[in-house]
Amino acid sequence: MNSNFDRTLSSEDDVLRRRAGLLQRLHIDGILLLLLLILAAGSLFILYSASGKNVALLIKQASSFGIGLVGMFIIAQLEPRFMARWVPLAYLAGVGLLVAVDVMGHNAMGATRWINIPGVIRFQPSEFMKIIMPATIAWYLSGRSLPPRLKHICISLALILVPFVLILLQPDLGTSLLVIASGAFVLFMAGLQWRWILGAVTALVPVAVGMWFFVLREYQKQRVLTFLNPESDPLGSGWNIIQSKAAIGSGGVLGKGWLLGTQSHLDFLPESHTDFIIAVLAEEFGLVGVCLLLLMYVLLIARGLVITVQAQTLFGKLLAGALTMTFFVYVFVNIGMVSGLLPVVGVPLPFISYGGTSLITLLSGFGILMSIHTHRKWITQV
Amino acid sequence: MPQPIRLNDHDKDARLIRRRALVGAAVVFLLIGLLVARLYYLQVVQYEYHSTLSENNRVHVQPIPPTRGLIFDRNGVIVADNRPSFSLTLSRERAGDWEQVLDVIVEVLELSDDERALFEKRVRQGRRPFEPVPVLFELSEEQIARIAVNQFRLPGVEVAAQLVRHYPQGEHFAHSVGYVGRINEAELKGLDPVAYSGTHHIGKTGIERFYEAELHGEVGYEEVETNARGRVLRVLKRTDPLPGKDLRLTLDVRLQEAAEAALGGRRGAIVAIQPATGEVLAMVSQPSFDPNPFVTGISFKAYAELRDSIDRPLFNRVLRGLYPPGSTIKPMMAVAALDAGVITPSSRVFDPGFYQLPNVKHKYRNWNRSGDGWVNLEMAIMRSNDTYFYDLAHKMGIDRMHDYMTRFGLGQRVSLDMFEETSGLMPSRDWKRARYRQPWYPGETLILGIGQGYMQTTPLQLAQAATLMASRGKWIRPHLAKSIEGQPPVDSEPLPDIQLHDTKYWDYARFGMEQVMHGPRGTARKVGDSAVYRIAGKSGTAQVVAIKQGEKYDRSKVQERHRDHALFVAFAPVENPQIVVAVMVENGESGSGVAAPVVKQVMDAWLLDDGGQLKAEYAPPLNAEVSRR
Repeated sequence: MNSNFDRTLSSEDDVLRRRAGLLQRLHIDGILLLLLLILAAGSLFILYSASGKNVALLIKQASSFGIGLVGMFIIAQLEPRFMARWVPLAYLAGVGLLVAVDVMGHNAMGATRWINIPGVIRFQPSEFMKIIMPATIAWYLSGRSLPPRLKHICISLALILVPFVLILLQPDLGTSLLVIASGAFVLFMAGLQWRWILGAVTALVPVAVGMWFFVLREYQKQRVLTFLNPESDPLGSGWNIIQSKAAIGSGGVLGKGWLLGTQSHLDFLPESHTDFIIAVLAEEFGLVGVCLLLLMYVLLIARGLVITVQAQTLFGKLLAGALTMTFFVYVFVNIGMVSGLLPVVGVPLPFISYGGTSLITLLSGFGILMSIHTHRKWITQV
Repeated sequence: MPQPIRLNDHDKDARLIRRRALVGAAVVFLLIGLLVARLYYLQVVQYEYHSTLSENNRVHVQPIPPTRGLIFDRNGVIVADNRPSFSLTLSRERAGDWEQVLDVIVEVLELSDDERALFEKRVRQGRRPFEPVPVLFELSEEQIARIAVNQFRLPGVEVAAQLVRHYPQGEHFAHSVGYVGRINEAELKGLDPVAYSGTHHIGKTGIERFYEAELHGEVGYEEVETNARGRVLRVLKRTDPLPGKDLRLTLDVRLQEAAEAALGGRRGAIVAIQPATGEVLAMVSQPSFDPNPFVTGISFKAYAELRDSIDRPLFNRVLRGLYPPGSTIKPMMAVAALDAGVITPSSRVFDPGFYQLPNVKHKYRNWNRSGDGWVNLEMAIMRSNDTYFYDLAHKMGIDRMHDYMTRFGLGQRVSLDMFEETSGLMPSRDWKRARYRQPWYPGETLILGIGQGYMQTTPLQLAQAATLMASRGKWIRPHLAKSIEGQPPVDSEPLPDIQLHDTKYWDYARFGMEQVMHGPRGTARKVGDSAVYRIAGKSGTAQVVAIKQGEKYDRSKVQERHRDHALFVAFAPVENPQIVVAVMVENGESGSGVAAPVVKQVMDAWLLDDGGQLKAEYAPPLNAEVSRR
């Protein structure tokens, strides 16, 4: 036992000593930072084309990146233990803000999602919840024995469902599904028994049927119907899918070249710089371009999973795993919906789509990963 | 080691999470693989299909607008149809530098800069990518030829055949049927963008507006393959549009023309209603205007001329003109007072030429200053005696008067399907308190009894009130649509019939109205004498509201326009009412002298055959004739 423990220590210590450079002391993970910077550069590149050479928009996105990176650095300085202490309070605050939004939120495009104090701040509490949700469940389960018992699963589910319902009421199906996924991934990482997972998947069918009749709004139903048969309404809501598929497909292997995509530049493609930006990438850079982007994502996810495995505390492991898997869900849902595999739900493509809020949330998540990875302690604790 | 078990636990947890992370990684690889497979399928397997779609031959969906429903008069004479018309369309995306293309169009067709500005505005209103936006309508043969010759300089420009609304009856139905016009930006926001994706026109007023949903139809669409210059190469798939429903009006073109002729160029309004059905047979508001220029876009100058004309041709006097009803209200007041029990058919009032409230000095004058002596109900209507009705109003009081007149349709919209009808005003205590913060004064009740004061009615309301006299209280909302694709319009909120305690009350008031036309001292006996059938009618005069200051026109005209409006309502034949006519002649001064002959001319046009005799189907039933005498 003792020797075993010593050996682990010494080998890790070597690793630590080798890498203990400037980045380590700044609590920055070099691999993650490098990948993120590559993605940021790529994003601006694509956005320039997708927005129709709109430089003002580019500057806005670049500054959002800057703010997000600063936020990431700051979060990376916080110790995971410190985070774990404040998570319950943040959870309560988040739920409170969601209630406030449902009661008196600012209206944008038919859905109430924003808290707006003019001149001071304008943000979406549901966005904030994407980070708080897995942290809360990780905090809760890290104090219990693994795999979680039925009672703890039930409490976790209750913790997940409250914000889920509140966000669904806004209504924002995309974000509410991401929030539920981020919480569920903690349970998954915590070793939720397979029979429970299978049971949940089986139970999804009646839940989906119930949602269809009682929860989903007319426009959400329309999206699902359009997904099942986009040809049914080619002038209306089927337009997006038909056009984005045409954009992707016409890109071929190598693409039409930067700024040369006809679908997006002739305004065929709606929301080309936000949710549907992958179609622009696919049209202009072809299969090769999309695969390179996917490679970036896979590397980020791989690094996240490595951090998960190497994390020392249970809280860190659970949170890192859940954040990484949620990030993957972003990628999969967005590309899936634009390429016609999934119904259209409003999920942006991480780091590429235009939009400051989601960017800042994502970078905060990576800040947490860095914090988990760089605050590991070896000698002092023993 | 004090806590070896805890360490063991940790190790176990770490292994568990590592396993889960591996499962996660596997899922990630699997699903990323799925995405790559999907993209491979779209970009490699289906590449030809999609690149065809997007690049060489742009396949796009274009809407096919439905054909707007036709409008006929009650005898099937066409009132609104759709005429093929060639228009010039421009598709911004295909034109490239479209502003320059506009310059070429202006040069080729030798148009003015104003028109170019109009074109530019129209192009900017285009809603859908690659949508050809019509910029110029009603192209002549020569213009089409010039465009064809210069086609090589005009990318994205096409001559398209479109169906454009046309009103062959011109001015006759501008106020009742209304017209369609180009959809403006405000309307666009309220429309279903899909249903109207191919449509450029929408009903703006009248029947065209009210029955927009029925007349419009359902959009169809076709997927077409076009080359890079925008020429349609072939149609891949087509879903036909559903044409709008045809509409048959209650109006009669011949009666409408006769009524306009009867007005003889004077400004005014005429409404003719068939009392048994509530069908509006004629609806005249003079002067009128030609609705056809509005369809394709009226020039600013022509519009300003119509808008600023002192005769106000755009103003719909029938639905929006507000006039105090004057003495035309007296028969309805009589019915109300009989039913309320404040008078009897034989009760009399002495008329010295004025009326005074007890303990008040002010004298309310009869129009006949010398007075009519002892007056009963029949006499009061026949002579239009004001004193009798001051007394009647005083006994009724404002509350009961408001209640009864509301049942006659005053102060509310009465029509079933007329766009922008105004509700007029039937005053009450509550209304006055809310409007002026003042209590109701007894003197105000008196002048309401002779249809003056705050009371405001439209010619349509007067016609409907007279219709209720003719039909003995049977309420059918007056309407303009006889049937829509064979279906009669349905009244979703019908008004209750007027039920009197004794139906004879109607007859007393009607007999008074008959005496107006045929009695020895009837105010309109000259007109009545010349009729080959019996008419029941009532005259009225409406004081003119002061004309706005600062308007510029001759003095002689100003004075003419300060004269009273002449009103007359009537129905005929008395024994079997077939037609109710209400006439308002602006500045006509005398209801009996000026408006009554117009009424009779309209009735003659409807009731008489070519030989000048009452049409057989309108002849009064014999037994009715006998019993009345």
